Amino acid sequence: MNQAVDKLTIDDFSSDQEVRWCPGCGDYAILKTIQKLMPELERPRESQVFISGIGCSSRFPYYMDTYGFHTIHGRAPSIATGVKLANPALDVWVITGDGDALSIGGNHTMHALRRNVDLNILLFNNEIYGLTKGQYSPTSKVGTRSPSTPEGSIDRPLSPCGIALGAGAPFVARSIDTEMKHLSPVIKAAHAHNGASFVEILQNCPIYNDGVFDNVKNKKIAADFKVEAIHGEALLFGKEKNKGIRLNRDTLSLEVVTIGENAEPSDILIHDQTNLTQAQLLAAMGGPEFPIAVGILYHNPATAYVTDLENQRLSLREARGNGDLGKLLNSGHTWTVN
Amino acid sequence: MSVETEATVTPGATDNTFQTVSSVVVRFAGDSGDGMQLTGANFTDDTALNGNDLSTFPDFPAEIRAPAGSTFGVSAFQIYFGSEDITTSGDAIDVLVAMNPAALVTNLKEVVKGGLIIVDSGAFNEKNLNKAKYATNPLEDGSLDAYRLLEIDISSQVLAAVEEFNLGHKMAMRCKNMWTLGLVLWLFDRDKQATVDNLQKKFANKPEIANANIAALNAGHAYGETAELPTGVEVYKVPPAKVAPGLYRDINGTTGLAWGLIAGGQLAGIDLLFASYPITPASSLLHALAARKEFDVTTFQAEDEIAAVCAAIGASFAGSLGITSSAGPGIALKTEAISLACSAELPLVVVNTQRGGPSTGLPTKTEQSDLLQAVYGRHGDTPLPVISTSSPGDCFEVAIEAVRIATKYMTPVMLLSDGYIANASEPWLIPDIKDFAPFPVEFRTDPDGFTPSVRNAETLARVWAKPGTPGLEHRIGGIEKSYETGDISYDPANHQKMTDTRKGKVDGISRDIPEQEVILGENSGKLAVVGWGSTYGAIHQGVKRCRQEGLDVSHIHIRHLWPFPANLETLLAGFDAVLVPEMNTGQLVKILRSELLIDARGLNKVSGQPFKIQEIVDAIKAELS
Repeated sequence: MNQAVDKLTIDDFSSDQEVRWCPGCGDYAILKTIQKLMPELERPRESQVFISGIGCSSRFPYYMDTYGFHTIHGRAPSIATGVKLANPALDVWVITGDGDALSIGGNHTMHALRRNVDLNILLFNNEIYGLTKGQYSPTSKVGTRSPSTPEGSIDRPLSPCGIALGAGAPFVARSIDTEMKHLSPVIKAAHAHNGASFVEILQNCPIYNDGVFDNVKNKKIAADFKVEAIHGEALLFGKEKNKGIRLNRDTLSLEVVTIGENAEPSDILIHDQTNLTQAQLLAAMGGPEFPIAVGILYHNPATAYVTDLENQRLSLREARGNGDLGKLLNSGHTWTVN
Repeated sequence: MSVETEATVTPGATDNTFQTVSSVVVRFAGDSGDGMQLTGANFTDDTALNGNDLSTFPDFPAEIRAPAGSTFGVSAFQIYFGSEDITTSGDAIDVLVAMNPAALVTNLKEVVKGGLIIVDSGAFNEKNLNKAKYATNPLEDGSLDAYRLLEIDISSQVLAAVEEFNLGHKMAMRCKNMWTLGLVLWLFDRDKQATVDNLQKKFANKPEIANANIAALNAGHAYGETAELPTGVEVYKVPPAKVAPGLYRDINGTTGLAWGLIAGGQLAGIDLLFASYPITPASSLLHALAARKEFDVTTFQAEDEIAAVCAAIGASFAGSLGITSSAGPGIALKTEAISLACSAELPLVVVNTQRGGPSTGLPTKTEQSDLLQAVYGRHGDTPLPVISTSSPGDCFEVAIEAVRIATKYMTPVMLLSDGYIANASEPWLIPDIKDFAPFPVEFRTDPDGFTPSVRNAETLARVWAKPGTPGLEHRIGGIEKSYETGDISYDPANHQKMTDTRKGKVDGISRDIPEQEVILGENSGKLAVVGWGSTYGAIHQGVKRCRQEGLDVSHIHIRHLWPFPANLETLLAGFDAVLVPEMNTGQLVKILRSELLIDARGLNKVSGQPFKIQEIVDAIKAELS
């Protein structure tokens, strides 16, 4: 039962619960990726805690043989914050979805990122409400037909990565559910980062929003619709790798250019994951004009919340010593009755 | 009668010996140029003030000093707010308004320990300090630590308030006492209209003077409100009586709760995570604990009420004790999360410092209208234990008890206090933490036979297996779970069994709490007056007075509101009638009626003000006639 850390396998992390997601759901692939990744992290199994909210995504903890807490809609980041404050030695994961994290949970997501609590927040974005049968979500594209928006949704979607960057998250990444080779190292990097890590995982819901990410998942055409952001490398995409992202210095916005037609290789932006402005521009890119950026968009470590809190406590205790309750009760003005 | 300071009779407070009297003695002291006598004379003459709970002191007490040395020229007048039958009036000053150092040094000895001293800080300059023979500034040298000190530059406030009347400096300064009276009226929750009427009557021939004084009165009153000073502060006055010997200090409810929670954590051998969001009148508890990082309590100001309770729940899952705190509106927001903690069977302490409702209501006024919310206010069949505190001195023990129940039974516990208790001060016999029996938490470590649904056979409490423990990996959640395995289960019989188990666990707490005692009077008889929370003082005094007149009435005060003590039903059945005074439209009375099938009657008041003793006395007499 007490496995040595270097002997853990994927089976150690699979619970005995029958997985209940719909056939073809992207969540299966994400689950497999994470179960396979766990042994690579070389951390004791008992140190992993998965906190989820409510939604299809949030059934995740039941399928991991680790500590897990399936909580209430939108509140996982808050509960996770409490877990981390109580025991900073734990690796705390937040499994959430577009509705859970950005609708009812928007406030908590924003503040967990702002505070830079050392949590690994994985947002399964299927741009729809799956569990409650298909209503549109805050990330659904305009015009989404759903049971609550039969004529098509009117309000504009949020960008999960844009929100995360706006909230001050020091690690923001985007990946795709079925691309284990891409997803796994991204999650690994998120885990390694000491502070709030935010990963948006584009996830396909076959029942209520099937195919919404086909452009970036269909291997035949994906090269033209997504660009891989790799620190230090040029932001090139396309089958021939001849399309690229350039900054238009007049409009301060990005544009897609073709090398040889309207651009030279030196015009293409080099991805700098420590550049916040660039990350914000990349995060906002989307079709039909722009490819979607995947990879680690931003990684600029800052001291984590619990570290700062602990330092405060330590320096105070150095100055004041540990608390003595008897002394406290008897402090200040007292008088004796004989 | 003068106030004695060290070593003899001073306010002593175990909860059986103190009394409350709803009277406050305020003395205004300053130079004769401050208009003290003028105002005093006005009020002495004016009987029109009778009937609105404010009256002048019938005699200027002999203790008002004749000028002595450099304190020549100090004069004072004294007023008191209170009900008519004050037997201890004039004994000690509860509030001293000292317009200058001389006024302070001459009157300080009369001020009750823990009393309020309001000073015109603008007048505490070197010249005046020298005149009063102060070597150091008493506002700075710690000599006023035994009192509550409120420093305000009254002079400049008054000048601003009466500027439009172009009175000239000297006349303007004469309005100082009206400004201060306005503030004191606000602090003690008294109606200023009668004072306004009186001023207009007295200065009918000089409307400018009247209006200037009224403007000053209103400004002082408004200052109290915008400076967010607590209102409704009654003062406990204790006549000389036998009190337990020992070491005493003053304590307010906030401090009592803070220290009690810390003590509870130590007795349980567990770290505390206190997460809350600012809200009147509960914020001070967050501040009190945030200032105590030398103890094993982490405080967390969350982004909203729900984040606060959720962080507390997360902490409990991870092996600390999560505590959250708010007032009515915030507790309402936390409800879904509390239900999660009940379903997941995690320990949690929820402190509600009640205030006037509904909605934003009256944030600084006293009320006890959240009892039904505490007992019944969750979706589903979701019982949880509810405990209440009845005074500032009671808070310490009640907080410890809340921690004990939460950790022993793996359940949220609702602790009900109110704004009055939070802010009011009373003397407190300092306890020795060694006198409290520890209740150490037991975290599971043995994987053999473990499931997250393992239960203590006696308490029905679920096992506490904290993340980080090898071999106990498991998942919990809000969905109904199997009694046997803890896995998700929708099985019909299982849902019934889990519901019965959760209910049985909470009901069983009644075997683990003290039997209900009678505070005053016999164990049976014609009438029991049954209260909870901060009505303690008024009920106690009311019952005492009636008993002194030979009436057959007892005082019972309930601390454990859910579940009730096991003997409560039998105890109350021994009385012909049960009267339940409450600052709400009838909440405890409803629960007593529905749970115990007794014909309890309510005495209800929802005015943002505490009960007057006379109201209790009248109700008792009406009941017994």
